Amino acid sequence: MKRRQFISGLGVAMAATGCTGISRQARSHVVVIGGGYGGATAAKYIRMWSAGGIDVTLVEPNASFISCPLSNLVLGGSRQMRDLTLGYDALVKTHGVRLVRDLAQAIDLDKRSVKLAGGASLRYDRLIVSPGVDFVWDQLPGAQDKVLHAWKAGPQTLALRAQLEAMPDGGSFVMTIPPAPYRCPPGPYERACQVAHYFSAAKPRSKVLILDANPDVVSKGALFKKVWAQKYAGMVEYWPNFKAVSVDTGKRVVSELGERVQASVLNVIPPQRAGAIAAQAGLMNVNKHWCGVNFLTFESTAAPNVHVLGDAIQTSPLMPKSGHMANQHAKVCAAAVVDLLSGRAPEPMPVLSNTCYSFVSDKEVIHVTSVHAYDAAQKTLIVVPGSGGVSSAPGELEGVYGMNWARNIWADTLN
Amino acid sequence: MKTLFLALVLASGSAAASGERLYATCSACHGTSGAGSGTALPVLAGQPKEALVATMKAFKDGTRPATIMHQIAKGYTDAQIEEMAAYLSSRAKK
Repeated sequence: MKRRQFISGLGVAMAATGCTGISRQARSHVVVIGGGYGGATAAKYIRMWSAGGIDVTLVEPNASFISCPLSNLVLGGSRQMRDLTLGYDALVKTHGVRLVRDLAQAIDLDKRSVKLAGGASLRYDRLIVSPGVDFVWDQLPGAQDKVLHAWKAGPQTLALRAQLEAMPDGGSFVMTIPPAPYRCPPGPYERACQVAHYFSAAKPRSKVLILDANPDVVSKGALFKKVWAQKYAGMVEYWPNFKAVSVDTGKRVVSELGERVQASVLNVIPPQRAGAIAAQAGLMNVNKHWCGVNFLTFESTAAPNVHVLGDAIQTSPLMPKSGHMANQHAKVCAAAVVDLLSGRAPEPMPVLSNTCYSFVSDKEVIHVTSVHAYDAAQKTLIVVPGSGGVSSAPGELEGVYGMNWARNIWADTLN
Repeated sequence: MKTLFLALVLASGSAAASGERLYATCSACHGTSGAGSGTALPVLAGQPKEALVATMKAFKDGTRPATIMHQIAKGYTDAQIEEMAAYLSSRAKK
């Protein structure tokens, strides 16, 4: 049965490429949409673990990979965008990934093809969708044109840094946090620390106000609160249960309860859902926001032969939406795709890990970590009992490890 | 060509691949195949299996202090640690 499925998969590959050469007929084709931590890792590992036997095309509109992790340090002033910007060259040259710089516009599940904005179509045997998040601006009417989110590293990161630099001393940086789940649970709190770090040196009379839609700090709560109380005493203020619903000027935000807060620099992190291509293809089948997957393979629960990775998925319990997690999803998925396209059953007991380092100043760091293993009875990934935890306190040694984490995960994802 | 491809992937599906795939849960910090590209962490590829197993078990039972590895090591069974160590020790030192 499995062998027949494999052979029929080859038939599709043959029809897809239209090639008649014998060597081409035997090759399967995987298309990956999105070159972030999930998609780039999947592309590399499928090439590696199939020993080059599976063709992989990666579709990514941006010329470079820009890391969201560490991008808060650009706001704090200790890193530049160029420190977080990496090329896709090694994926092509070392691993033989075919890179198509284009935007995936539509997925045709019946024809197994992806239509690109540039007009071309790509046929696939298996498709991997790693689109990241999109912002749900309709919950904050008009805000999109008035305020910066800076929640995708890039031009908005630099624009927000410029606003902070232009702000007079004595001003206030106000940041709103959406209801969980959102990309990078500790990210907003790290951002507050980074802005406070900058203010401490450059604008010591200024304030940082965190307006959180959640009832409490979502990640590393005790550690962040201690840092705000001690290291940034009198500068950082935290309000829970403030759900932003509108921005009436670029400098004033309004809560669900009608509270109005004035800012010198306003930063709105909007509510989020899976990236647009997931909605187009009907993959966003959990609460109309996230993509359900089978955690053995990361295959969509909405469409066969389509896998979804990274921030776009409905996560398992206690699994954060992080770049590290996306890198891990990608490896379970890559192993499963190689197995399935080779007529083998996928690994029955996959394991994943997560580590997130947050910089509370330019050098001091706190972490959260966890190990997740598949539970056959519950059919989901659960945190291995007894594993995981957070730092005992911020430290510079963890800062060194944090920077090494970045170097290694960038290499593991792209090189 | 097809035979070659099948032979290659079947080889990678052997017991050794289990350690390789398990190790991939570590490589975001320790480098693809244990190569490592940072300045602070030891290169794991090519280390003796016994030393890797002993270190992981010491992290796991708390006899070796750590910033983070004591929390991560508890996520793996002794059998998984053996498999990962066997894979890493089989890799060439970089």
